[in-house]
Amino acid sequence: LKYLITIKRQNNPDSESYIQKFEVEVYGHVSVATMLKDLNEQQNADISWECGCMSRKCGACAMRINGKPMLACACFADEIRGRKITIEPLSKFPVVRDLIVDRTAIFEGLKDMELYLSSEAFNNNYTRKIRYMSAKCLMCGCCLEVCPNFNVNHIFIGAVGSVNAYRILSQEQNMEHKDQLNVKYKERFYEGCGNSLSCHDICPAGIEVDELTARSNAVAVWKR
Amino acid sequence: MKKVIIIGAGLAGLSATLELAKENAEIILVSNQPSERAQSVMAEGGINAAMNTKGEDDSPIEHAKETLVSAAGIVNEDAVMNMVNAAPNIVKRLIDFGVNFNMDGYFDVDLRKFGGQKKQRTVFAGNCTGKQIMTALIDAVRKEEIEGKVKRYSHHEFLHLVGDNHCEGCVIQNQYTREIIEIKSDAVVLACGGMHGLFDKTTGSVFNTGMAVVRLFSQGVVMSNLEMIQFHPTTISQGNKSILITEAARGEGGRLYSLNEDGKKTYFMEERFPELGNLMPRDITAREIYKELQNNKVYLDMTGVDQEIWEKRLFELRSDMKFYFKIDPAKEAIQVEPGIHYFMGGIWVDIDHRTNIKGLYAAGECAAQYHGANRLGGNSLLGAIYGGMTVAKSIVSDEESDSKSAIISNIVGCKENMDSKRKVSKAMGIIRTENSLRSALESLKDKNDEYHVFLKAILMSALMRKESRGAHFRGDYLGINPEYAFPSVVWWDGRTINVRLKKDGELD
Repeated sequence: LKYLITIKRQNNPDSESYIQKFEVEVYGHVSVATMLKDLNEQQNADISWECGCMSRKCGACAMRINGKPMLACACFADEIRGRKITIEPLSKFPVVRDLIVDRTAIFEGLKDMELYLSSEAFNNNYTRKIRYMSAKCLMCGCCLEVCPNFNVNHIFIGAVGSVNAYRILSQEQNMEHKDQLNVKYKERFYEGCGNSLSCHDICPAGIEVDELTARSNAVAVWKR
Repeated sequence: MKKVIIIGAGLAGLSATLELAKENAEIILVSNQPSERAQSVMAEGGINAAMNTKGEDDSPIEHAKETLVSAAGIVNEDAVMNMVNAAPNIVKRLIDFGVNFNMDGYFDVDLRKFGGQKKQRTVFAGNCTGKQIMTALIDAVRKEEIEGKVKRYSHHEFLHLVGDNHCEGCVIQNQYTREIIEIKSDAVVLACGGMHGLFDKTTGSVFNTGMAVVRLFSQGVVMSNLEMIQFHPTTISQGNKSILITEAARGEGGRLYSLNEDGKKTYFMEERFPELGNLMPRDITAREIYKELQNNKVYLDMTGVDQEIWEKRLFELRSDMKFYFKIDPAKEAIQVEPGIHYFMGGIWVDIDHRTNIKGLYAAGECAAQYHGANRLGGNSLLGAIYGGMTVAKSIVSDEESDSKSAIISNIVGCKENMDSKRKVSKAMGIIRTENSLRSALESLKDKNDEYHVFLKAILMSALMRKESRGAHFRGDYLGINPEYAFPSVVWWDGRTINVRLKKDGELD
């Protein structure tokens, strides 16, 4: 089957973006990641994009596919309506080249929230399942891309903050650090979240983002 | 206070970072991707440690024995003993870091069976053990970053070492701006992962291009056991990538069978190896599947696995199979084939993870240390963590000495060549012969850039070992030859590639 692929490209952070179109022939359950690889290998398209595991474990290949943030390795040609695929870089982060964006803001934000344990982990069996889910975050940026409140230059860190805060909030035993975490959590997440729930059902790792946000809010803000 | 550059922010790199931070070293952590994208996050099945929580009378000695049997005689036994002895405490420490391992009751970690091991010894976190461990270690390293002990250079690629008589630092390149930076240091640690990108199709990360070891080789860094490439028995092809089906699938009850043209099923592993059956070490299982594939199709049958096991221990495997291949493994068997999965060989290191160049260390999959001719499933996460810890101790205790080791200034040109890659991958398949290896080598004869020199070194290592040992199987030299009971070493002296067996005591 022939697919028309439209890619938004850009040579460097300061240059103008441009649109390039390709035709690709694929059959069956083929991912956009495989299509991009083929474009580079067979049509010498020389598209810059990031690809690691090809199995939604590393979060590298997040991009906008037909307007929706997804991992290219977790989006399949046969599951896309119509035979047109528009691929753009995530819009919330500065473009480096083509589909590569600079997601440094995510990592800097988590650092600023002081998300680390300063004690031995408190291992409560009841919270294990949710902690496990919290630890699955790929830092891909999909939940931030859909968020109406997130902007890299703004203090609000987005759902990546509430998701990752949970395991630390629930395992920290040094109460001084826990109090600091609460303050940071309010400042960098709770006060900026508009409860749009746009992050519902967007996580490619299957994290229930709203569930984790509710739990982090409960621990950090409502002291439960 | 020592300044240390660590190349690679995967499990080995983070483990070294944390250990060095305890010693108040100044750490520069260089990686071409953030830690979240490291290949370590792809590790699924688990980490081996003789936790002995199942009343099976397990001990580090048992763990060592099985690791050594699998390694088939070309591994440093003392290094293995050190690693297995440290394993139970490593797991306890990981729990303190907040890793969410599956538990058996309230106090004991749960264990699963893994290949080549008669006892349950593999500690696991669902089917994402690597990811769960990495997240906890990233959190721990974040603390050191905030305290100023660790400075990350993410999206930077290693280019080459600097120094005349010993390693004095390295040159890296910003992948966003292309800016080239030279950093001086007291030590450089290579934790750059396996050389997956040098081969046609593997289960590894696309980010692991192997170019770091290519460049290091051209600078005179000695490599070892490059011929020892692990084929994982159960993979599925997806484009030009192999997708792994974790060994846990068989550890939790999955069975391999072959299907011939007449529709007859043969559970060949169970028939041929009554004791360990489907859980024979990977080299043997992969070869048996390969043999079957000459005439039949091979399937992994998990339809007999209990519902509870699917829910508690293998839920990610099931959802991945449905998502990527539209197969529900609880209901139908999965067609599988062996695929390149892990490199036992790599940078030669001594027992304390020093390379042949003073001031240069290596740990994790890029180093040839704990696995000899074949790695046990569950020992890679352990080897990466323990290797990183050992590197740190060596750096702290090593004193400046006058001993010299020349670093060669590199040849230019480190560009991959798809045609050469395919040829080498084919010759280095599950079964190798003098003819296929020689003809691949012959075809690269006129190519003398860094990249091709390294590919030749791999072929020459395989040619030299005229025997079948562990993962290295020679169709023309069946069986182990005691004369080859040593690791191979290969190095570039600026003009030629030299390859030979490393007899005891040399180089160390």
